[in-house]
Amino acid sequence: MTNLTLRNVEKTYPGEVNVLNNINLDIRTGELIVFVGPSGCGKSTLLRMIAGLESITDGEFTIDGVRMNEMPPAKRGIAMVFQSYALYPHMTVRDNMAFALKIAKKSPKEIDTLIKKVAATLQLTEYLDRLPKALSGGQRQRVAIGRSIVRDPKVYLFDEPLSNLDAALRVATRIEIAQLKESMPESTMVYVTHDQVEAMTLASRIVVLANKGIAQVGTPLELYETPDNEFVAQFIGSPAMNLLPGRVVSTGEATSVSIEGGGGVISSAVATSADWQDAIVNVGIRPEHMLMESSDNYAFESVINISEALGEVTQVYFQQDKAHSSPVIAKLQGIHRDVRNKTLRMSAEPANVHLFCEGQSLRGR
Amino acid sequence: MHPAFQAVLTIAVGVGGCVGYFYFSNQLLDRVLFPDKGIHAGRNITRANIIRPWLFLFPALAALGLYLAYPVFETLRLSLSERLPGNKSQYVGFDNYQQMFSEPKFWEALTNNMLWLLVVPALSTAFGLLAAQLSDRVRWGNIAKSFIFMPMAISFVGAAVIWKLVYDTRPIDQEQIGVVNAVYLFFGGDQPITWLTQIPANSFLLMIVLVWIQTGFAMVILSAALRGVPEETIEAAIIDGANPFQVFFKIKVPQIKNTIVVVWTTITIVVLKVFDIVFAMTNGQWETQVLANYMYDKLFRAQDWGVGSASAMIIMLLVSPILVWNVYNARKEMQ
Amino acid sequence: MSAIVGTRSSLVWAVHLSLAAMVLLWLFPTAGLLVSSFRTTDQISTGGWWNSLSASEQNLTLRSAAPESQIENDGVFVIEGNLFEQGSEAVISVWGTSSRSIDAFKPGDEAPLKDGSTITVQSNGDYKRQGIEEITGRRGQRIFATALTPPEFTLDNYHKVLFDEKNRESMGKAFLNTLTVTIPATIIPILVAAFAAYALAWMDFPGRALLVAAIVGLLVVPLQLALIPLLTLHNQIGIGKGYLGVWLAHTGFGLPLAIYLLRNYMVGLPRDIIENARVDGASDFQIFVKIILPLSFPALASFAIFQFLWTWNDLLIALVFLVDSSGETTVMTKQIIEMLGTRGGEWEILATAAFVSIAVPLVVFFALQKYLVRGLLAGSVK
Ligand SMILES: Nc1ncnc2c1ncn2[C@@H]1O[C@H](COP(=O)(O)OP(=O)(O)OP(=O)(O)O)[C@@H](O)[C@H]1O
Ligand SMILES: [Mg+2]
Repeated sequence: MTNLTLRNVEKTYPGEVNVLNNINLDIRTGELIVFVGPSGCGKSTLLRMIAGLESITDGEFTIDGVRMNEMPPAKRGIAMVFQSYALYPHMTVRDNMAFALKIAKKSPKEIDTLIKKVAATLQLTEYLDRLPKALSGGQRQRVAIGRSIVRDPKVYLFDEPLSNLDAALRVATRIEIAQLKESMPESTMVYVTHDQVEAMTLASRIVVLANKGIAQVGTPLELYETPDNEFVAQFIGSPAMNLLPGRVVSTGEATSVSIEGGGGVISSAVATSADWQDAIVNVGIRPEHMLMESSDNYAFESVINISEALGEVTQVYFQQDKAHSSPVIAKLQGIHRDVRNKTLRMSAEPANVHLFCEGQSLRGR
Repeated sequence: MHPAFQAVLTIAVGVGGCVGYFYFSNQLLDRVLFPDKGIHAGRNITRANIIRPWLFLFPALAALGLYLAYPVFETLRLSLSERLPGNKSQYVGFDNYQQMFSEPKFWEALTNNMLWLLVVPALSTAFGLLAAQLSDRVRWGNIAKSFIFMPMAISFVGAAVIWKLVYDTRPIDQEQIGVVNAVYLFFGGDQPITWLTQIPANSFLLMIVLVWIQTGFAMVILSAALRGVPEETIEAAIIDGANPFQVFFKIKVPQIKNTIVVVWTTITIVVLKVFDIVFAMTNGQWETQVLANYMYDKLFRAQDWGVGSASAMIIMLLVSPILVWNVYNARKEMQ
Repeated sequence: MSAIVGTRSSLVWAVHLSLAAMVLLWLFPTAGLLVSSFRTTDQISTGGWWNSLSASEQNLTLRSAAPESQIENDGVFVIEGNLFEQGSEAVISVWGTSSRSIDAFKPGDEAPLKDGSTITVQSNGDYKRQGIEEITGRRGQRIFATALTPPEFTLDNYHKVLFDEKNRESMGKAFLNTLTVTIPATIIPILVAAFAAYALAWMDFPGRALLVAAIVGLLVVPLQLALIPLLTLHNQIGIGKGYLGVWLAHTGFGLPLAIYLLRNYMVGLPRDIIENARVDGASDFQIFVKIILPLSFPALASFAIFQFLWTWNDLLIALVFLVDSSGETTVMTKQIIEMLGTRGGEWEILATAAFVSIAVPLVVFFALQKYLVRGLLAGSVK
């Protein structure tokens, strides 16, 4: 069952500032959708258009089939948690939670039981009569979430809700949100974040926004394993996927590419038609998929410039070649001492080798 | 009806009326004119939201228009016309201005006003800057500030009485109760002086009253600005070997230049409107006339609305550069 | 600054001294008014108020009791008593019996009088006059004494100025009238301005920037321009001179500053909070009443203090829109102006009246200075 749909949605701010174009997205009931993308790409804008805090310039947005473009926020059945929490500073935690319910003219008894129940699940009971300024960051965060839960909305909207917390608290709260989602399987959530780990761990599906549009929509593993384009390939995963320019030397069930600038030939599991013979492509290999190769059957050979021993892995940066815009990085399992200035040969499993032409993946083309 | 009761009633009617107006006009908009239900809900909400700001603004705009904007134009019209019996008036061109320009008292008022404009903002700002700088450097600075700031709360009329006592004169054979004369005699003056009739010193003695009041204002604003000067620039200057005076004049003052301009212009506006002090202390006698008091004389003593309005327009003219500058800055800030 | 090594201590002293001098200079005039309001007519005319705080050497003309109170005792006629009023703590240093030599005797000395009797005066004012013949005459003996009198203050002036029924220029009524003008003139503009400021800060509509600029412009329009047009208008619509007129005028003139201050403050409130309220289902009216107003309290307080001081201290608007020839609606500032004309020399009355009028603003000032400063900082056009 489709819950939210965006059809050809467009946003232009006054002064002809075009931010989003041609957004098409279906969000199903019970999903947790995460918006990611570089800063300023319009994640917040899209979320705020869903909330009704920003007008939709063009296109149509519906919830359960009802057009929402002109509907004020309060009537959309949504709740929103802001990055700054946006707690009402002059009201106690209890009043903060009760505010929306009072406006909706719920009976005091009903309000009271609701608040008690939600406060108990979020461990806020003992803070109910405090003002927000007397709470810690994590507690404020929970109040903000609790405040949205009491309203029992169809859709929850989160705009970077964890970015004001310190690292440890962020992990803890992330897990809480995941549990919360599990306990409310019927509710739909849309979540904006900068943090890849949050996106990968929480999302049912991730929406990558770039260049005023959607670059790819998919489950976290789909994005990781089969990125549709170079942008998504490099955006998901850290450090970013290496892109090595090359030329297709054989096509078929598997494709072989000879890599320019210090390369051998590498085989990819992507199937191609014969049309691609001799095409210039980019070979994408994630740093964690680079393998040390002792035989002559290597894809890439270069001198190591910098090595960073992280304990669990060693990250090595290869000498930058004219052919590559950014240094090639490999994550080697375990500890490797004294690899600096050594020449290393690398290869990868065919299944982990991606092929792109003009930014788009060759998969299925 | 007793005025106090009337006042309570006014508060009730005023406050109740305001709240009632805002509440019911919003209800009318959302429930009756553009109900947010039915097939046109979306469109209606959009329309209601286009109208709503004007509901919120209406009382304020009406009052501003009636009490400030309209009078500017009406005064302009009055200054160009002559009052005829029976609430009629006749356009007379610049006759009123010509008449005004031919009066020595007007030129006296204008000259005095110019002097006020030079002296009062300059002295207030200078003293304010001094007080701000000094009080920021001692532990009892806040108390000192409080006392220097205090005259801001005193009415011009109250200040006039206070300073009349300071300038008071008694015959030679009695003890002086005005401190100025007491000091003057103590330092060898042979005759107590009626200070407020001494031309041209008396104008300056009146200006002192306003300086006394406005210094606190300047001090408060400048003190905040001085504290906003980044500590690093001062420390860098000290390490470069600047002495305290150099730090103050070469590092701090240049950095708060904008604030000084703001203080200066604000006091300038006060000066242009100054009326009560002159009215209460000399009423413009002994060549201490200023424009605002001259205007009051013309309007309410001589009942000459034409010339009175013309002099009001002169005050407006003097304020205009500041008005334009402020509006220009405000617009720049909005962008 | 003080942490920096090697700061010269002479400079520190110079700072303390100059600031102290400045504070004294600024305080001195007001102190004069305050002290004068507690002195009697006599005290005021005999010396500057700055003398009244310490015990002062005064030349007094005193008189012993009249001869009719003499008692005969063993053929000696005696008049005894004290030269001062009861409770006085004056101390006589020298005295005399004629105006030409007022320092002829010391306390305890015996001075011969013309009628053959003698008089002895002690330093505390006790005297004893005695003669062998009966002392004649209707009045007592004049004594010229130089005495050290301690400070002495009285509340009589306040009683006279505020409560005396016979006093036609009573400040009591004017005080109430001023209060009557001030309170509605402070409260009503706040409400009107707050709604407008909210619209200008948080609602989107065409021409908003233009309106804000216009209000900044109106901020400096001299209200002198408004006097005649508005008085004419008030007369035409039948308000005439009176409280309603002055309330309306103060509201109109106070609005630009009110809107400007409040808008600047409201713009600074966090956007998220207001949007959250909107998502929570609050209407603009509810957002305004339940979120904006409570959060804007500091700005509201600032403006309220400004407007209160301004309306309380105002003379011009009251003269033009309120005070009529009946004098029933006079305000304190106007009353003081009257007194300056009719009682120019009676400083005890003038000072008391003036102090009555500035006492309330001073209390407000010292109690709420924080908000006043904040308002000033926000209100001066940047
Ligand atoms: N009111 C506005 N008027 C004009 N442009 C705006 C407005 N609000 C946002 N923008 C522009 O829209 C673009 C998208 O903004 P948005 O806040 O949605 O980015 P974001 O993806 O949330 O970024 P971040 O990750 O930094 O929060 C930005 O380039 C921004 O400059
Ligand atoms: Mg954002």
